[in-house]
Amino acid sequence: MESTSRNFNANVRAALANDALQSALGKIESGFVANRANAAPRLPEFDALRDQARDIKDHILDNLDFYLEAFEARVLESGGQVHWASSAADARAAILDICRSVDARTVTKGKSMIAEEIGLNDFLEENGIEPVETDLGEYIIQLRKEPPSHIIAPAIHLVKEQIEEAFRGAHEGMFDSGRSLEEPRALLEEARAVLRQRFLDADVGITGANFLIAATGSTVIVTNEGNGDLTQTLPKIHIVIASLEKVVPTLEDTSTLLRVLARSATGQEFTSYTTFSNGPRRNGDPDGPEQFHVVLLDNGRSEMLGGPVRDVLRCIRCGACMNHCPVYGAVGGHSYGWVYPGPIGAVLTPTLLGLDEGRHLPNASTFCGRCESVCPVRIPLLSLMRHHREQAFEDKLSPAAERTGLGVWAFFARHPALYRFATGLAMRALAWAGRKQGRFSTLPFAGGWTAHRDLPAPQGDTFQRQWSARGGRRR
Amino acid sequence: MSKARPEVGLFVTCLVDLFRPGVGFAAVALLERAGCAVTVPRNQTCCGQPAYNGGDRANATAIAKQVVEAFEKFDYVVAPSGSCAGMIAKHYPQLFAGDPAMAARAGDLAGRTHELISFLVDIRGMDALDVKFDATATYHDACSGLRELGVKAQPRALLERIEGLRLVELPGAEMCCGVGGAFCVKYPDISNKMVANKTRDIAATGAELVLAGDLGCLMNIAGKLAREGSPVRVRHIAEVLAGMAGQPAIGEGRR
Ligand code: SF4
Repeated sequence: MESTSRNFNANVRAALANDALQSALGKIESGFVANRANAAPRLPEFDALRDQARDIKDHILDNLDFYLEAFEARVLESGGQVHWASSAADARAAILDICRSVDARTVTKGKSMIAEEIGLNDFLEENGIEPVETDLGEYIIQLRKEPPSHIIAPAIHLVKEQIEEAFRGAHEGMFDSGRSLEEPRALLEEARAVLRQRFLDADVGITGANFLIAATGSTVIVTNEGNGDLTQTLPKIHIVIASLEKVVPTLEDTSTLLRVLARSATGQEFTSYTTFSNGPRRNGDPDGPEQFHVVLLDNGRSEMLGGPVRDVLRCIRCGACMNHCPVYGAVGGHSYGWVYPGPIGAVLTPTLLGLDEGRHLPNASTFCGRCESVCPVRIPLLSLMRHHREQAFEDKLSPAAERTGLGVWAFFARHPALYRFATGLAMRALAWAGRKQGRFSTLPFAGGWTAHRDLPAPQGDTFQRQWSARGGRRR
Repeated sequence: MSKARPEVGLFVTCLVDLFRPGVGFAAVALLERAGCAVTVPRNQTCCGQPAYNGGDRANATAIAKQVVEAFEKFDYVVAPSGSCAGMIAKHYPQLFAGDPAMAARAGDLAGRTHELISFLVDIRGMDALDVKFDATATYHDACSGLRELGVKAQPRALLERIEGLRLVELPGAEMCCGVGGAFCVKYPDISNKMVANKTRDIAATGAELVLAGDLGCLMNIAGKLAREGSPVRVRHIAEVLAGMAGQPAIGEGRR
């Protein structure tokens, strides 16, 4: 996927002016956020489970090669194949080879952020293979030719009317043009009807994976629509595409992670479908694919493992951090410009694409900390964003005026006597200028502030001067 | 540490020092009422957050060192801000990760540092106030105090002790107001959206007064309310608790 992260400010302006988007975003608080808030206290040990989940993931990262090799061995034993892909291009090539081996025309796809990361759909299309998204949200945005705006709710930026419009356009001639699509249910039924044939026609089914279990060689997906099951059982070939850090030691660990995943993501105790896949169809199995492939994507992960943002590899892609992020809530996922939006994107995008491209994302945060307070695997998202800021500062990537301003301020802050003198003068002048109104609606050098709000004027002398004047206790 | 009269070093915070000294005096009054001896070290400017969150670790560390040195000898260090207290209590130790001697001193300071209202309630056990203030007020939970220091129940507990004050809960009280240090000037449009949500929620309460424990948030909220022509007034909670709410509210002209 092509990134527009460097155009973050332009993306933001467009997002803030987009009324449909704003109305769609307004529903996150009453939906995902409220649901999680209700679900969390119903499980008294939820916070303890979060600690466990963090520890499980840390243990995995400490032993990643061991668990990956174990997983590979189990997959091979069950008759499947594993393809190691160090880059997005490698992963795309591996998938194309598999598709070509059966002259695939269409592939059905379950929801996968890794597929987005490697730009799979565009690539398949360029190579004459039609990808069909089967997750309802993904299906909608595929019709609209746009990327997902959320990692678990890809079409969350849309209102119902926009979906209806997309369906009427794409399904023209397939249904009665006078049909009612008022009810969300009607939209769902229509998508089902269209997709049913696509499921049957597909030569290959591609899904992501929430977990890869080292002990059993299973791949696990969670969905609420059951589309993933049809994607992976009906075609001749099932390809799983997942990044390295998705591996988990045992079924038991998986169940711990599943418990925090669903509650954090949607507030459900469990998602409607949790599907485990083990290898291809065996003799006597009633159904299942003839071939089972797992494409394991590195794409920068092994480098991250030894670096300062390692903790982000704990992420289980629940989406809670973006649901709770007030910046995400204001500007939506597309503003972030690349695959991963919200706080997790603010850490991942600069890591994977470089700070030149992604520097705005970790800066565009108030550090309110709401993301960290809900992250099921306790990723220190703020510290990781701050790490990117430090790197950007070191590399002099921020605007020169900003760095100069910070430098001047820091000089005074480091010289208290000078600071007291300078601020004493400045505040008296400002207080005098603002004495009647008590605030400024414009002020030189304060345009960023006064563009949208008044600046309260100082009360008068600084506290330090007044304290001295009153003979207060000093040291 | 249960001295009869503990020595408290007041970390004034740069915004209170420059923009609203009245909050500093209110803090002193409250601390004295809570039985503390208050000293204001001269060698303090700011906690260093602008540098720390701006990626300038060298300056952040230098400023932190200055604060550690200035506040070495006190039983407690108290700031009328969850943001600055959180910086000292939660982040200073990390700044000196590579310098064990300084890390130990910063860790010691961190353990002695508190946000004002939670200090009064949790450490000094304040539960009565001899203050009357007639108003319907609502309270905004500033982010750092709330999430880094657990300041939530303490301000409400004290506000309930004020005669005449009716406290109405603010919907979305825990939502960030959008100031975020330099965020509000680096990304003014997003910040505006966030503070506009906040003033919308404030208006919905019908309160005539908004309180919070952090001057950064308060200046942001007051500035937005003023720009919108709202009559709602804005004050730091310490002003009201100390019975010092006679001065013009934040952003309000002299009457
Ligand atoms: S960073 Fe945490 S909250 Fe965000 S998606 Fe990953 S696991 Fe979920």
